[in-house]
Amino acid sequence: MKNNKKKLTIALLFAAALIIIIPLFVLKGAEFGGSDDAGSVMVEEISGKYEPWFTPVLEQALNGEIPGEIESLVFCIQTGIGVGIIAFFMGRLVERKHQESLRNKE
Amino acid sequence: MVKKEKRIILATVLFAAVLGTGTTVSAMHIMEGYLPPGYCIAWGIISIPFLVAGFLKIKNLLAENRRNITLIAMSGAFIFVISSLKIPSLTGSCSHMTGTGLGAILFGPSAVSILGIIVLVFQAILLAHGGITTLGANTFSMAIAGPAISYCIYKTCQKAKASKPISIFLAAGIGDLSTYFITSIQLALAHNTPDGIMASFLKFLGVFAPTQLPLAILEGILTVLIIMALETYGTQELIEIGFIRKGASK
Repeated sequence: MKNNKKKLTIALLFAAALIIIIPLFVLKGAEFGGSDDAGSVMVEEISGKYEPWFTPVLEQALNGEIPGEIESLVFCIQTGIGVGIIAFFMGRLVERKHQESLRNKE
Repeated sequence: MVKKEKRIILATVLFAAVLGTGTTVSAMHIMEGYLPPGYCIAWGIISIPFLVAGFLKIKNLLAENRRNITLIAMSGAFIFVISSLKIPSLTGSCSHMTGTGLGAILFGPSAVSILGIIVLVFQAILLAHGGITTLGANTFSMAIAGPAISYCIYKTCQKAKASKPISIFLAAGIGDLSTYFITSIQLALAHNTPDGIMASFLKFLGVFAPTQLPLAILEGILTVLIIMALETYGTQELIEIGFIRKGASK
């Protein structure tokens, strides 16, 4: 990897981290609700009382909301599946390049 | 004058960000049951041709070369990862990104419709996030319109000879924002006051846009990073799908 490309990568990673971290410290005490109610609050403000005419399949089966910890578990599974696939292919590509450069040296 | 205008805009953005602080509002997909049945069906029907086109596109990509599966899988996985991460935003609430820009830039918008709907179904069923009834509308905004806009912006930037990282950044970032732009339109069409659809649209956009803006920037950055990684290590694959030209010095 070229040197300036490396610098750009580090700068971008740093910027990405800042975007995530800054709100946490600037807005101490904010709720950061991942609220599923976001749109729905506005819907009620506009349409008056609105009854959703369908409840999520899983909530229906559970007779209530999905417990918070379980929800984060499923979110983690989603992340894990994605990261797994990316890491698997990325690992192959990186190793292929490594082997190629070894062969070229010989 | 122009500089002054920029400053004014910056000031208003900051002002809005401060005002928005503390309100727990966040941008997500349209909730289960929050669109009347007619709209659900309509958006579903509108999405079908795009999904068919996407399916055929992926089939052709694989028929052309089995090894294209690498990049297709990685684009899909990227959406999986990115849309599972809830990121705190300057409005004091969380939202997540879409991740659809990568696939749109690499394969064009149609292929992403299939990759996106996989994630939407996963979240609708297992997470009660989004919904089965609103699947059509969410598919249209996140997996069809957003990627299409990403793709157009990328192509335009390339024509304008903008550098690759900047083109990718703009395409992914603006594509992310436009997903929520479309969501606002969808909500406003179904829920509006006597003031008219436009007024409701602006209200919904006011809910979504400020939260989403920093995340769109983040999505732009992450998409640039993964494409840089692919350019370094997956040069052959990118040549095969025609993303970079053979012999281009990289």
